Amino acid sequence: MAGAQDLALPAGSGTVPTTLFGFSRAQAVAFVVLVAAIAVAPMFLYPIYLMKVMCFALFACAFNLLLGYVGLLSFGHAAYFGMGGYIGAHAAKVMGLSPELAIIAGGIVAAGLGAPFGWLAIRRAGIYFAMITLALAQMVFFFANQAPFTGGEDGIQQVPRGRLFGAISLAPDLAMYAVVAAVFLLGFLLVFRIVHSPFGQVLKAIRDNEPRAISLGYRVEHYKLLAFTLSAALSGVAGATKAIVFGIATLTDVHWSMSGEVVLMTLLGGMGTVFGPVAGALVIITMQNYLAPFGAWVTIIQGVIFVACVLAFRRGIVGELGRLLRVQL
Amino acid sequence: MDDIFGVPLPLLFGQLLLGLINGAFYALLSLGLAVIFGLLNIINFTHGAQFMMGAFVAWMLLNWAGIGYFAALLIVPLLVGLTGVVIEKLMISRLYKLDHLYGLLLTFGLALIIEGLFRNYFGSSGLPYGIPPALSGATDLGFMFMPNYRGWVVIASVVVCLATWLVIEKTKLGAYLRAATERADLVQAFGVNVPRMITLTYGAGVGLAALAGVLAAPIYSVNPNMGSNFIITVFAVVVIGGMGSIGGSIVTGFGLGVVEGLTRVFYPEASATVIFVIMAIVLLVRPAGLFGRA
Repeated sequence: MAGAQDLALPAGSGTVPTTLFGFSRAQAVAFVVLVAAIAVAPMFLYPIYLMKVMCFALFACAFNLLLGYVGLLSFGHAAYFGMGGYIGAHAAKVMGLSPELAIIAGGIVAAGLGAPFGWLAIRRAGIYFAMITLALAQMVFFFANQAPFTGGEDGIQQVPRGRLFGAISLAPDLAMYAVVAAVFLLGFLLVFRIVHSPFGQVLKAIRDNEPRAISLGYRVEHYKLLAFTLSAALSGVAGATKAIVFGIATLTDVHWSMSGEVVLMTLLGGMGTVFGPVAGALVIITMQNYLAPFGAWVTIIQGVIFVACVLAFRRGIVGELGRLLRVQL
Repeated sequence: MDDIFGVPLPLLFGQLLLGLINGAFYALLSLGLAVIFGLLNIINFTHGAQFMMGAFVAWMLLNWAGIGYFAALLIVPLLVGLTGVVIEKLMISRLYKLDHLYGLLLTFGLALIIEGLFRNYFGSSGLPYGIPPALSGATDLGFMFMPNYRGWVVIASVVVCLATWLVIEKTKLGAYLRAATERADLVQAFGVNVPRMITLTYGAGVGLAALAGVLAAPIYSVNPNMGSNFIITVFAVVVIGGMGSIGGSIVTGFGLGVVEGLTRVFYPEASATVIFVIMAIVLLVRPAGLFGRA
């Protein structure tokens, strides 16, 4: 598969030795920087904020798997993120599961939700796909608003962080931070691995030329459905992790505006790039943190970023950076 | 004969009327979306925000300029349609050569901006807009009392829908429009100014949304979120009807409004989700939509 990867690199970068996981050299450097930043950051920055960034970065990576590599714009990913959060919170608080099991449960249920929704949505392409996923997610929102276990307007509150593997208490922020960092990095590497596997090559073929992929004998709907389900599962993991960190799961996370936010993070960071969603999540969450006192201005600025990205900045931050440095990030 | 399946008749008729009212707005909004989609090939996510703008501009005209409801019915679609023309000229027209998804993303961003601005200036609690005196009161239909304004909304919406349908299907302008939907390049070669036609079509679609907003102002409270609550359901309506035909979106809009009303009578818990469930079923049976072409 290394050969196919080299072809995708810009001319002039020469032969690229692949390292662990199939990273190119530039990607390996960027990954080391990312890991180092995660290790050092809590000494300087508020861990809760960093954990929030990582949860959303994982969410955006999961979303990017679909938008960036299959070319499917889902406008309803809040359903999987939010439902993952509810399930994680419910499992940890009511069922008393340990946090790692609660997070896994969130991922499994989100996958169980994503599979039938994806199966319905991939019957149409393009804007119809976006509208269908949005409508299905709105159904989940109404369900979450009415179902008894989600707590309606109150959400599920005071979710205990619990003990990892039943032994290590996650109440200290740094212990929780280590777990979130591990979940994020595992999810990130998983997405990377999926994208650069033979399966991922077919996904990109579907994105670039679907009729040709069909004519080559690929059952594209199977590939789309599996990608959709994987993306939903990882979104659920991200949502459940966030619920455990903050001890709360609410309607905010299933609302359509959350679906819009993850689109924005991916678009701003650079869709179809490995590190773009992480950069996008970092920028958007940081902005929300600093602008929180200004209320509705956050929405307005997000709208402006959307418009600016679409009109003038379609490669996104990491995409532009990669173009300047002539590497694929 | 006072009840059907244990449901008192007045309740049934009341919910049916409410369903028709909602259906009137579904029809008007999905009609505008279909008109825009036909020529521009984009889904106008700003539609909900433009519907909300319609209601707000009517409120501003009344409270700041003393211009009443019936004048607003005419002025507001023009004003809001004009903002649509500006948006199309400045932004949307740059995207026609790109993937259609960018149009969706751009209009979503615009919707965030517009809603955020209105929330900043007017808060989210909602403003009252009184029913115009000429349409207040109620009429005894024999089997129920119908508030006059609600009857007016249904009639006005039917008239506007039919007029739009007639313009598109039966006039020369409509013929140009339909031709440009099929082959814009050929129509241009015949000397029609297609870019201007596209701009005006977007403006007209936006005007329809604004008109729906004025009609909605006395029924729902005028607040910045009124559009986004509506538009997602309207997207489902559009998926069910398919965007192929103007008539289809009108029929689907009214039909689904009524179905929603009936659900509210017989199984209230599902009334918020019934349209989405219908959408899922339609996707299974007829993925192109009831009136759509594959």
